Amino acid sequence: MAEKQSFFSSVKNSLFDGRNAVIGVPYFWFLLLAAIPLLIVLKISMSEMEGTQVSSMIDWSNGWPKLTLNFASYQFIASDSLYFKTYLSSIKYALITTLLCLAIGYPFAYFMARAPKHMQPTLLMLIMLPFWTSFLLRIYAWKTLLVSNGVINNVLMSLHIIDTPLTMMNNSFSLLLGMVYSYLPFMILPLYANLSKLDLRYLEAAADLGTSPFKAFWLITVPLSKAGIIAGSMLVFIPAVGEYVIPELLGGSSTLMIGRVLWDEFFNNLDWPMASAVAVVMILIILLPMAIYNKSQADLAEGKP
Amino acid sequence: MSQASNNKLFAKGWMIAVYIFLYLPIITLVVFSFNDSKLVTVWSHASLRWYEALAKDTALIDAVLLSLKIAFLSALMSVLFGTFTAFALNRYKRFKGRTLLSSMSSMPLVMPDVIVGLSLLLMIVSAQHWLGYPQKGLLTILLGHALLGTAYANVVVTSRLREMDGKLDEAAMDLGAKPWQVFTLVTFPLLIPALVSAFLLTFTLSFDDVVLSSFLSGPGYSTMPMVIFSRARLGLNPTINAVATVTIVVVTMAVIASSFYTSHQERKRKREEAQAYSDSNK
Repeated sequence: MAEKQSFFSSVKNSLFDGRNAVIGVPYFWFLLLAAIPLLIVLKISMSEMEGTQVSSMIDWSNGWPKLTLNFASYQFIASDSLYFKTYLSSIKYALITTLLCLAIGYPFAYFMARAPKHMQPTLLMLIMLPFWTSFLLRIYAWKTLLVSNGVINNVLMSLHIIDTPLTMMNNSFSLLLGMVYSYLPFMILPLYANLSKLDLRYLEAAADLGTSPFKAFWLITVPLSKAGIIAGSMLVFIPAVGEYVIPELLGGSSTLMIGRVLWDEFFNNLDWPMASAVAVVMILIILLPMAIYNKSQADLAEGKP
Repeated sequence: MSQASNNKLFAKGWMIAVYIFLYLPIITLVVFSFNDSKLVTVWSHASLRWYEALAKDTALIDAVLLSLKIAFLSALMSVLFGTFTAFALNRYKRFKGRTLLSSMSSMPLVMPDVIVGLSLLLMIVSAQHWLGYPQKGLLTILLGHALLGTAYANVVVTSRLREMDGKLDEAAMDLGAKPWQVFTLVTFPLLIPALVSAFLLTFTLSFDDVVLSSFLSGPGYSTMPMVIFSRARLGLNPTINAVATVTIVVVTMAVIASSFYTSHQERKRKREEAQAYSDSNK
């Protein structure tokens, strides 16, 4: 009896213990909404459509569970070269977006970190402000700027710089412009956070020892900002691979992006196993970049460079 | 001209060019919302006709009201669960499955929206299959937005918790405060600025989301971004410019007000700290 009592009280204590509640609540939340849904995607990707229903994976008709894995969706992805091309082109656009964001964002973050201290909060807020205004509306705004009778063409033609409107819409130019535009703050913020903490004494020491500023930049500043470069690049690359809204509004039909394929399989073809298989392959592609990002964040938390 | 001032000029030019790039579309949206012409891209003369059209556009207004409701509720949920996550990951350095929790909590930050939307919807469909609940609608959109928001709120609260370093908590405990007293009297007041910015950020994220809502919404539940997106897909529409301008004005005012509030709180805190220090030295 006494044993029973202590068992119950220990269960009760551990259940209402602050520590377990603080850990348990977010655990339950993310298991339910992040981990389990991904497992369900994996499960459905290995079934097939039976009319409007997804086939069940476990068959109980003989009294015993019989597991059937159906790889038809994966086989179809592997056999149809359009999927391969679309994955490749998504990676290509995401990679170009990341490199362009880095090329524009690194100098920007560097200059911002070197700007007078009292101006830095304002400069930072000016980067954040567009981020607070609707992303969808800003992409829509680019559409009004870029179309052939759009604002940019109208201005250039009224100034007689061009005679015929430039084609800037529904091609890789407009797609990349929209992607770089949307993801640039995600590159600048981690880089600025990193570069503003850089110890300038390293650079002074290098200058005292006769290193040219150019060489010091490549040998000291860039290696010390590695964590910022990695975090920024991953925050741009990973969502860019699966981007849907920007290609839909700015990309036209000629630019292939896998996010749109997933959307079409789900909403237009109503083929849930196919949409799930497309998602699983996409996750496999971004798994490595995600691992790199998590590791760099963990290093950051522990104070490693 | 010297090398140094040349470099400064280049730095300034680069920064100004990036700011122009970031603000050009926003300024165009606002300017052309006051354009009288039916063509979104050709300026005729100033008028408020698109604001009149917006005032009569009940479909869009209903969508805005729905979005505000969802954004408010999901931001509350995000701040609550985000704070729990931040405390679990920062106050307890070692527990079973800590790595799993930390990767699950950063997943919605980076995972493409289409995957988060698809996976949540399939989970909800399975739940419907087994439990007959929940129906697609307000609740399911809320869950999706709250999941995304929790991940962001966690980042905001975590960065504040790292600054706070727990010394004040220890001091309060040394003085005999109970754990819940430490939280309500010390930790929570210090966290308020971070909670406010987490609320604003997750509110905006929810108010802006189109992909998750499209997956998770049911008939009769169209959020503002969903309406705008379906119109923008068809072509250009000056009413969108008007609604955009209204949102931009409101958001800008909220951001400026909150940054004033935060810096005011910060100054107040510093003043009180200095006061306490001088009192203790009397």
